[in-house]
Amino acid sequence: MPRDKAGQFFGSGHTNNWAVTCTSQFWFNYRHVANTLSVYRSVKRLGIPDSHIVLMLADDMACNHRNPKPATVFSHKNMELNVYGDDVEVDYRGYEVTVENFLRVLTGRLPPSTPRSKRLLSDDRSNILIYLTGHGGNGFLKFQDSEEISNVELADAFEQMWQKRRYNELLFIIDTCQGASMYERFYSPNLMALASSQVGEDSLSHQPDLAIGVHLMDRYTFYLLEFLEDIHPASTTNMNDLFKVCPKSQCVSTPGHRTDLFLRDPGSVLITDFFGSVRKVEITMETINLTSPVEQVEDK
Amino acid sequence: LGTFEDRRWEATEVEEAAPGDAPSDSQTSSAPETVVTPSQPEDDFQEELVIRPLHSGDIYASFQFRTVWDTDFMGGKKVSHYRLFPKSLGQVISKFSVRELHISFTQGYWRTMQWGQPFLPSPPGAELWVWFQDTVTDVDGTWKELTNVLSGIFCASLNFIDSTNTVQPSASFKPLGIGNVTDHRFLRYATLPREIVCTENLTPWKKLLPCGSKAGLAVLMKSEKLFHSSFHSQAVHIRPVCQDWQCKSTSWELRQTLNVVFDLHSSGQGKREWSLFKMFSRTLTEACPLASSSKIYIDVTDNPQGEQFELSPATPLLSQAVVLGDRRTYSVYDLTQQATFGSMRSLNMLLRWKSSDGECDMMRPLLHGERYVAGYGLQTGEIHTLMYNHHPYRAFPVLLLDTVPWYLRLYIHTLTVTSKGKDNKPSYIHYQPSKDRVRPHLLEMLVQLPPNSVTEVTVQFERALLKWTEYTPDPNHGFYVGSSVVSALVPSVVAMDTNSTQERPLFSSFFPSKEESSYFVRIYTEPLLVNLPTPDFSMPYNVICLTCTVVAVGYGSLYNLLTRTFQVEEPSPGLAKRLANIIRKMRGVPPL
Repeated sequence: MPRDKAGQFFGSGHTNNWAVTCTSQFWFNYRHVANTLSVYRSVKRLGIPDSHIVLMLADDMACNHRNPKPATVFSHKNMELNVYGDDVEVDYRGYEVTVENFLRVLTGRLPPSTPRSKRLLSDDRSNILIYLTGHGGNGFLKFQDSEEISNVELADAFEQMWQKRRYNELLFIIDTCQGASMYERFYSPNLMALASSQVGEDSLSHQPDLAIGVHLMDRYTFYLLEFLEDIHPASTTNMNDLFKVCPKSQCVSTPGHRTDLFLRDPGSVLITDFFGSVRKVEITMETINLTSPVEQVEDK
Repeated sequence: LGTFEDRRWEATEVEEAAPGDAPSDSQTSSAPETVVTPSQPEDDFQEELVIRPLHSGDIYASFQFRTVWDTDFMGGKKVSHYRLFPKSLGQVISKFSVRELHISFTQGYWRTMQWGQPFLPSPPGAELWVWFQDTVTDVDGTWKELTNVLSGIFCASLNFIDSTNTVQPSASFKPLGIGNVTDHRFLRYATLPREIVCTENLTPWKKLLPCGSKAGLAVLMKSEKLFHSSFHSQAVHIRPVCQDWQCKSTSWELRQTLNVVFDLHSSGQGKREWSLFKMFSRTLTEACPLASSSKIYIDVTDNPQGEQFELSPATPLLSQAVVLGDRRTYSVYDLTQQATFGSMRSLNMLLRWKSSDGECDMMRPLLHGERYVAGYGLQTGEIHTLMYNHHPYRAFPVLLLDTVPWYLRLYIHTLTVTSKGKDNKPSYIHYQPSKDRVRPHLLEMLVQLPPNSVTEVTVQFERALLKWTEYTPDPNHGFYVGSSVVSALVPSVVAMDTNSTQERPLFSSFFPSKEESSYFVRIYTEPLLVNLPTPDFSMPYNVICLTCTVVAVGYGSLYNLLTRTFQVEEPSPGLAKRLANIIRKMRGVPPL
């Protein structure tokens, strides 16, 4: 029946908006920018367009004068993979990455003249993925080496988002030291969180590159990237596989996750629900009249 | 619907194939037989690349992309059908009533004495200056919204432009397009010297081009090569221009320029041999199909008989142009001709230098500027701006524009201008003092530079102490002061071409020449990096620790001394004695 097909077409989809943030300054925190860019790259590869991604990089590593290969950020040693690419759009950069701007982006309370690319234009059908990386401690995450965001603030921001119907489901991934402390205080529904280490543990970096002179990636995100490289837009891998990424033997720290606030069973949630932008496209040879009421189509 | 689109496309092609001797940089609508759809405004796109070998061995490449559109953004009818002109910029022009917009992003500093004059000057960081239409009532509010919108379009932190770094120059930055309005209330100028340029700025810039980066000269723009250079500058210039020499009607011109200087030693590996592939890691295979002209110019003025370097593949086309006061000869490659690409269907020009080291000297730039901070300590200092006039016998006036942030408090009574040791009084001074946290200092002066001399402008300043929330997260890096701008009409050795609508290469037609004996030059000095007295931000924590320790130790000890009393206590007796005491108590006898 054409009416049923029309209903299915507009019914169950969700759009995906995404926010990726790197909060560290200075050249020796190159790995945090590489972490953020590799997750950004995976998400773009799986179909989410730049208009739906809010990318925040607190410092410029690619065109930094200390970078021996300008306009590149590498994630693997021997310069195998340039995660910066040729088509990157950074929405917040340098001094714009502050706790205030981050919370404003999440809650949508931005000045009226803020351009669209700097806003998180999500609604109650959006699945949002938030990835944070940087230096952190028990209950806080450091921004720009001069201010912190606490887990209470973050939990309150997510509650504001829930009450303003700004998300359908939210996946929160954090790769910092003692990352699990950041999701301890969440209390809003439909939140799932992953962290690279438990309270009291440090997240460690992966490998240095001798030509560039700094560590290129953190362990958790390195194995997360490897896991995501196997995902393609039609993949049916679910969240339980994501929880198994980077066991203690590879990560040295114990990754943690929290699913008690999430209404669906994690085993039924596809990775592409958050990381990919899957559109249901159905090709039809019939015409559906969108201007007149749907009942008229049935009468024909 | 498909056939209608085809018909529209065909119509425009017929217009562009109009008589070949019509000037290519202005589409006149006075030929009625070529206009098939009169409601469709005409637009035109040209692209060019100029390669100039520099005397230091480096190589200077300058891209220019020009779109001219004969439409009216300011009229009542909303423009909705965009073809070559990018929609995002068209909407910016109409929404904010912009008359002229010039924005540039630069990484590196242009070394005038080693490289000569650039075709299009730009200061390090980001620079934005805009002339608004005289219909705008609230210029400051419009300026703020415009900077926010541009920061979204170009992925740059232009939203940091606010009243503390915006000025209204009264004499510099006159409009470069046509127009009578010169009321400087509608002009705004701001620079962000700290702004970095990287791929995220190049990506949206490339998307503004009609062919994007898929065809034509823009395929050469690979960020890994472009940013591995001594100087990189990309800019967008929008202005109204005359359509023909009678100037009965105007059209909108958009120029996107990209200037880059490749370093001989870091990207050339020391060998004086340059090719397109070596510079850009790409070769050219076709022109942009939407371009009416697509050309590459190689400066061969110093190589008339091929004795200095060899250019291959050879090209019969030669062109002469008067640019920056000098007559230069260029070898031209026309990419719209299929023959340029040869049998390999790809064009890779190669410049190979012969071993001769005896090169003739580069023509010394006539105007040059420098700037530095003198003094010691973190309280006071002195800004020195030097302007060099290298002409042997001609003096000419220059306009100096200085914008200094409010936290460097200038003492204008200490302003001195000296040339050759003697006082040189400027004929025009416009000074607007700063207001703390509201606006910066603005100093504009018209100074006559004597021939073959150095003119030094000095002014003393005092550094202010900022509130602790006003410091950047890394305050020990220092605070930037934007470049000074020196604008002048420099006497020209060669007669400049004042005919503005004749077919000329784009690089020679950017600054309009009003007279034949001089040409316009704008120089930017270095930006300054000044340290302000910076508090130790870990002090609150240290102070709390120390105070609490002192209080705990001091108060605790004093309290104990004052309130502690000592009591004498018998040590507890041994077991035998205790048993004896129990027996004595039972007997009613006093204990031992």
